[in-house]
Amino acid sequence: MSNVSYNRNIDSIFKYLGISCTLFGIVMLLIFIGNIVTDGVQRIDWSFLTNLPSRKAENAGILTAWTGTAWILGLTSIFSIPIGVAAGIYLQEYGMKNRLARIVELNIANLAGVPSIIYGLLGLEIFVRVMNFGGSLLAGSLTLSLLILPVIIVATREALRAVPNSLREASYGMGATKWQTIWYQILPAASGGVVTGIILALSRAVGETAPLIVIGALAYVPFVAKSPMDEFTVLPIQIFNWVSRPQPEFLTNGAAAIIILLLLTFIMNGIAVYLRNKWQKKISW
Amino acid sequence: MKRSGERVIEYGLAFSGAITVLTTVGIIWVLVSESWGFFSEIGLSDFLFDTEWTPLFTQKHYGILPLLSGTLLTTTIALITALPLGIVIAVYLSEYANKKFRKIIKPALEILAAVPTVVYGFFALTVVTPFLQDFIPGLGTFNALSAGIVMGIMIIPIISSLSEDALYAVPKSLREASYGMGATKFQTSFRVVVPAASSGILVSIILGIARAIGETMIVAIAAGQQPTLTFDPREAVETITAYIVQVSLGDVQHDSMEYKTIFAAGITLFILTFLLNSISFWIKKKYQEKYE
Repeated sequence: MSNVSYNRNIDSIFKYLGISCTLFGIVMLLIFIGNIVTDGVQRIDWSFLTNLPSRKAENAGILTAWTGTAWILGLTSIFSIPIGVAAGIYLQEYGMKNRLARIVELNIANLAGVPSIIYGLLGLEIFVRVMNFGGSLLAGSLTLSLLILPVIIVATREALRAVPNSLREASYGMGATKWQTIWYQILPAASGGVVTGIILALSRAVGETAPLIVIGALAYVPFVAKSPMDEFTVLPIQIFNWVSRPQPEFLTNGAAAIIILLLLTFIMNGIAVYLRNKWQKKISW
Repeated sequence: MKRSGERVIEYGLAFSGAITVLTTVGIIWVLVSESWGFFSEIGLSDFLFDTEWTPLFTQKHYGILPLLSGTLLTTTIALITALPLGIVIAVYLSEYANKKFRKIIKPALEILAAVPTVVYGFFALTVVTPFLQDFIPGLGTFNALSAGIVMGIMIIPIISSLSEDALYAVPKSLREASYGMGATKFQTSFRVVVPAASSGILVSIILGIARAIGETMIVAIAAGQQPTLTFDPREAVETITAYIVQVSLGDVQHDSMEYKTIFAAGITLFILTFLLNSISFWIKKKYQEKYE
C-alpha cells in the first residue's frame, strides 16, 4: 500500500472514530435514561407525589422532597438573582478599570472552580452555626446562592457585553444618566442572555446534593416545610437516601424520583436553550 | 438630586460584587480556623504520613493518605476514560464535522454536564457495576473502577468543549499551509492544529481533573466508604469528599474531633483544587492569544 493511500485510510478511519466517540457519551446517556425509565416509571403515580416518606418502600412518597426542592428553588432565586445581576452589571458597566473590579473578576474565576462540597462547609459554619439558622431551608438556600452566584455574574456580564455601544451612546445622547441607560436600555436588550444564565444556574442548584447534606439537610423529614426556618429535604437527597439502602424496592423508588428530578432539570435546561437561541437571533444588531 | 441617587446605585452594585470576595474570604477563614484546632492536636506529620484514617473508630488514626489515594485513584480512572474521548470529540467536531452536526451535537453533549451527579451515582451503582462484574470476577458492589468511569463520562463535555474552543481558535492560515504541503486532514489536525492549541487543551484537562477531585455524590454512592490505602481499582475506596458526606450524615457535635476532621479534609481538598485552578490560570495567561 502506498504512503498516500495509507494516510487517506487513516484519515477516514479517524472520521468514523470521531463520530463514534461523539455519540458514545450520548448513547450512554440514552441507555441510562432508558434504564431508569423502565425501572422507575411504573412506580410513579399520584400517591408517590403526595405521600410522606416511609420505612415501607411501597408507601414512601416524595412529597417532602419535591416541596423542599420548590422552596429551595424559590428562596435561592430571591437571594441569588438580584445580587448576581447587580454584580454582573457593576463589573461590566462600571468597574472596567478599577481595582475592586479586577479583584472581583479574578475571584469569581477562582470561586467557579471551588468544589460544591466546600460551599457546604462554608454554609455549615457561617449560616448554620454562627448565624444560628440550623439545618433550615434558609441556610440551605443561602449556601446554594453563594454557589451559583459566579454562574449568574458571568452570564450577566456576557449578555451585557453583547449589547452594542451604539445603544449606550444613543441613550447618553438623549441626556439619560448612566443608571437610566442601564435600566431602560441595556438591561432589556440583554435580558434574554441574563435570563438564560439565571435558569441554568438555578437548574444547577436544583441538582446539588453534597452542600445540602453538609449543612445538615435531613434524609428523613416527616412533614412539609411551612416556613424558611423549617428543616427540609430535597429530591437529590431523597434519591441518595434511597439509593444507599440495600433493599431493591428502594432502588425502584430512587429511579422513580430520578425521573422527576431529570424532568425538572431537562425542562429548565430546555427553556434556557430555547431562550438563548431566540435571543441570539434577535441581537444580530 | 439625581447625581447622588446614581452614586447610591453604584455603591449598591459594587457591594454585590464584593459579596463574592467575602465568599472567598469566608471559605478560607472557615477552613483555616476550624482545621487549626485539628492540626494543633494531631500535628501535621501524623496527618500527612500516617497511613490510616479512622477518626470514626475507637482506635483513631488521622492520616489523610488513604483519602488522598482514593481521590487520586478515582480521578485517574475518570481521566483515563474522559481524556481520549474528549480529545477525539474535540478534534472531530472542530476539524471534521460539518456545521449542522456540530450545532446539534454540542448542546446534546452539554446535557451530560447538566445531569445531577446523584443521578450519575445511581448509574454507576445499578448499571455500570453489574455490567463490569460480568467480566471482572470478584468485583465488589462498591469499587473505584465503576465510580471513576462514570465520573469520566461526566467530565467528557468539560474537556471536549473547552478543547474544541481552543482548536477552533487556531487560525485558518495554519491549516491551509499544512494542506498546501500535501498533508491530510488527520496529519494537519494532529501535527499542526493540536500542537498549536495545546495550551488550551491542557487547560481543559486540568479543569476536568479539578472537577473530578471535587466530585462528591458519584463516589459517595458507588465507590464505597472504606478509607483504604490502595491503588487497586477493584477495591472500595473513600475519597476526601465522600468522607465529608459520611460524617455529615451522622449527628456530629460541634467542637468534637469528628467535626474538625471534615474541615481538615476540606482544606486539603481546597488546596488541591486551588492549585489546579491556579495552574490553569497561569497557562491561560501565559500561552493563550498567541495568534492574536
